[in-house]
This record gives sequence, C-alpha cells and structure tokens, in this order.
Amino acid sequence: MSSVNLTTPTNEAFADIKGEIEAEAAADPTKKKLGVLFWICAGWIVLVALAAIFANLLPLPNPDLGNYNSAQNAGPGWGHLLGTDDLYRDIFSRLIYGARVSLVVGFGGALIALLVGGIPAMISAYRRGRIDTLLNTSSYVVLAFPAIVAVIAIVSFWGKSLFKITLVIGLFAAPLVFRVVRASTLSYATRDFVLAAKALGASDTRILSREILPNIMPTIVSFGLIAVATIIVLEGSLAFLGLSVAPPTPSWGNMLNEGSSLLTGAKGQTNPWLVIFPASAMFLLLISLNVVADKLRTYFDVSEIKL
Amino acid sequence: MTRYIIKRFVLLIIIIIFVSVVTFFLVHLLPGNPTDTILGPNSTPQNVATLNKQLGLNKPLWQQYFIWIGHVFQGNLGQSYTTHQSTTSIIAQSFPIDLELIIFSQIIAFAIAFPMAMKSARKPNHLFDQASNSTTFAFLALPPFVIAPVLVLIFAVHWHVFPGPASYVPINQDFWSNIHTMLLPSIVLALGGIVVYFRLLRNDLISTLQEDFITMARSKGLTDRRIMWRHALRPSSISLLASAGVTIGGLIAGTFIVELLLQMPGLGYQLISAVNQDDYTVVQGITLFVAVAIVLINFIFDFLFTIVDPRIARE
Repeated sequence: MSSVNLTTPTNEAFADIKGEIEAEAAADPTKKKLGVLFWICAGWIVLVALAAIFANLLPLPNPDLGNYNSAQNAGPGWGHLLGTDDLYRDIFSRLIYGARVSLVVGFGGALIALLVGGIPAMISAYRRGRIDTLLNTSSYVVLAFPAIVAVIAIVSFWGKSLFKITLVIGLFAAPLVFRVVRASTLSYATRDFVLAAKALGASDTRILSREILPNIMPTIVSFGLIAVATIIVLEGSLAFLGLSVAPPTPSWGNMLNEGSSLLTGAKGQTNPWLVIFPASAMFLLLISLNVVADKLRTYFDVSEIKL
Repeated sequence: MTRYIIKRFVLLIIIIIFVSVVTFFLVHLLPGNPTDTILGPNSTPQNVATLNKQLGLNKPLWQQYFIWIGHVFQGNLGQSYTTHQSTTSIIAQSFPIDLELIIFSQIIAFAIAFPMAMKSARKPNHLFDQASNSTTFAFLALPPFVIAPVLVLIFAVHWHVFPGPASYVPINQDFWSNIHTMLLPSIVLALGGIVVYFRLLRNDLISTLQEDFITMARSKGLTDRRIMWRHALRPSSISLLASAGVTIGGLIAGTFIVELLLQMPGLGYQLISAVNQDDYTVVQGITLFVAVAIVLINFIFDFLFTIVDPRIARE
C-alpha cells in the first residue's frame, strides 16, 4: 500500500484547488438550468393535484358506485375514458379520486415528518450538548425499526382512516427527516455569518429562522419531495395489502389490489386495464416527484448528505 | 476498534429492547381488546374475567411485559387464536420462503448491477452510462406493488413464461419448479437493489479509476479489462457491500407484497392473514421476529465491514 501513502498528500492538496474550481463552476449562473423535463414533471404533479382537489367539480361519474347500464370490465372508450372495473365503476373517475389518498398521505405525512423531525433537528444541531446526543441516538434507534412492519401493526390495531395512516407514516418518517436536517444544520451552525449574527446579539430563534433556515431550505425542499415519494410508496404498499383506506373509497394501491385479484381470471373475469392504469398513474407521479427533487438538488447544488 | 464495536453492541442492545417494548405495547395500548376478539359474540363479564386471568391480562402492564419477554427468550411467542398453531412454528415454516426470495433477488441485483456499473464507469456520461442512469432512475418509481402486478400480467397471464399466483411449490418437494415460481418475485425485488448497487459502484469506480495506481497499471500496458477486474473493482465495492444490509432491510415491504400477490405462504402472507383475523399474538410474534432480524442483519453487515475496512471504526 506504499503507493497510497505517496499519493495521499498530493491528492489532498489538489482536492482544495479542485473544490475551488468546482465551486466557481457551480456559481456560474449560465450553467444553472432546470430544463424542460423539470417543468413537464412539475406540471404533471400540479395537474394531478388540481384534478384531485377539484374532482367534485369535474364532470365525472360517481367513483364509488357503478352504473349498471355500462359494460362490466370494459376497455378504454368514449363512454368511460379508461374503461370500467368489475363493479361497473368508471376507472378514470376512480383514479382521480384515488389521487386524493396518495397526495394527502404523501404531502400530509411529509409535513408532519418535517414538523416533528425537522424543528427539533435544527435546535438540537445548533445547541449541541447532551440533548443532541440523546436525540441523535434515539433517531438511530427508531430508524432501526422497519417502518412497514410497525405501520402494519399499528394500523391493524388502531384503524385504517386516512388521518391515522397519515399520522403514523408521518411520525415514522420523522427520524429520517431529523437526520437530514440535523446534518445540514450542522454544516452551517459554525459558519462565520452565524458567528457574526451571534456577536451582534441576535437571539437563537432569529439565528435559526433568519440565518440558518434559508440556507438549508434547498435541502429541505428536495429531500421533502423524496420523502413525499417514499411515503406515497409506503401508503400504496399498505393499500395493496388491504391495510389503507377501506373500499369502496378508491386509492391507487387498492385499485391495483383489485386489478391483481382479477388478473388470473380466478373470479371468472379478467381486466388487465385495472392493473395497467393505476400502475401507470403511480409510476408517473413517482417519477415526476423524483425528477423534480433531483433537478432541484442539482440546481441548488446540494451535495448528497451522508447519513 | 474494540471501543467502536462495544459502542455498536450497546446500541444494538438498546435497539432490540426498544423494538421489543414497541411491539409489546403496540398490542396492549392501542384500542381493541384481545379478549373481545377471542370471545367474539360469546363475551359475558364472567367469561372476560376468566380469560383475562388465563392470559395474564389482569396483571400490571410492566409485569405482563416481563412475562412475555421471558417466554420469548424460551422461544415461545404464543399461540394463534384461530389455528392454535404456535407462532414459532408458523415463523419456522414461512421464514425460509422470505430467505429464498431475498437471496435470489440479491443474486439477480448483483448480476445486473455489477456489469452495468463497470461498463458505465469506463466511459462516464457516454451513451451507455446515460441510458443506464435513466433506466435505474425509472426503477426508483417502480416499487414492488406497482411492478409486480404488471409483470404478472405480462409474463404469467399473457405469455405464460412464469407460473401465476398460488403455484408455490416448497423447495424440498420439487427443486426446479420452486426456482421457476421464485424467479418472477425475485426480479420484482431485485429492481430496488439494482438502483442502489449500480449507483454506488459506478460512482466509486469512476473515482477509483482516477487514482494514480490505475494510471500506473495502464502505463504498464495492462488491458482495460484486467485493470477493471484486478485493480479497480475491489477498492470500489466496499461502500456497495456495506449498503447491502440496509437494502436487504428495505426489501421486507416488497416480500410482503409479492407473497400476497402470488399467494406464497411466507412471513408477509402470514402476517397479513393474522392481521385480517385479529390474531394478535401472531401479529406480535411476526413483528418482533422481522424487526429483530432486520436489526441483526444491519448489525452484522456493519460489523463485517469494520473488519474489512478498519477506517470505518476510526470515524
């Protein structure tokens, strides 16, 4: 390993210069562009959200109640845009109403996680000391518990309402948010501008909210979107296992569950569309969230924080 | 080094105590009473009192916890209220299925991620690298509950390449048809691993290939292939292997999904049926087992890589 010993000091010397060059390149405003893909994906998320919010105002058939005059398990067509399911219900309408579940749990859960995990993380990383050590260790301990198993157990004993699921998933995502926010707060807590603010007599609250928060905001936003995607996956998995909001209320996960149970024709009927459409809806939403988060991260030049 | 290991070990004990406390109190503090569930419509105040005494539910909660933990250490996780089978035997029967799924999926993930990362790292940002980057990025948006039904639709229902749901055969009955049924779910589970392994290995390879000893090897006239396999791969794969523990822990939700979809009687399938029948001892037992298993896997991987790469302990 003598070659490593020889090269290490030179590499370190170069790393400084390299870092400066990279920082300059990153600061170059002409290089910063979000790109078309970003806007397509962001537009898609907004479109899905708007459709879900204003679903009542759209000319859609009732998502929970089938119209027995239409065909059963019909393919896409004019009467029903994306066809009907085994209970004569309109798949398009169910997809739009089902988006509500994913979006409420996803964004609501991420918000809870940010409030419960993020605020203590900032204070703890700024103040340090015993409480920080304690919170940091606890976050490791809670993270070690596999979220899906815990959520399955809790939801099965406590109940499957939208609110409870959002709350439970949000609380289990909190330690992860804690780790990310803590790491990025730590990297700013000892900077000169924080010291300067302190010297000018600024209160801790002011330093945290006016000096540190704006700097860690890009990390919070892009990681927050990843958290939204992760929570949506968790809720979808629960729904697929039959442990999320109860039917007939549609969610993409329980639609996929219904579609899968019809796959093999074991119930005397098949409907591939009931798998294809919810799966595509889920894929498009998740990839949009991931693209938006990824582009924002590179745009704000947030280096990946090691957890 | 020793200090680091002791520290990790203490943390492991704390985590396992936490996991057991959470699993225990989950069932006891949340609404819904096991006595009511067992007795159902036959519940009279007298019945309830007798059963509570029988189950030890009349004792203070902390005593119940220690009694329960004492039983757990003797390998007794209680008995199912519906089938009267012991939870330990349910776990013993179903765990091999999860284990097989996890091993197969990891083999597939490694078999795909390694060559892909090696080819990508050779020419970063060229066509192949960009294509594999975007493909693996798309995998991120294909969690098991989305991709599994689609693959079953295409390969089991439409093309009949793989057997459909409810065709699970135990491995000791018919080896080859067991492998055949395991392939589709393993591919589903492999996708998540491919993303992680590909990205880590690609990035580490790219930085390793810029090191001086690689230039040295090049100037000796070694072929690209030999440099890649003999010199670059080993120092680049440490963070990948270290991440395997976490990735395996993350597979658990996926195994539950494929087991339910393909009706394979693994732990997830048993857990969900127990949940649906309010069979609380089985839920408690399987939850504890899975949680402790994941914690232990993470600990073992951590421990192994402190030995392989002592730098980790010094940080």
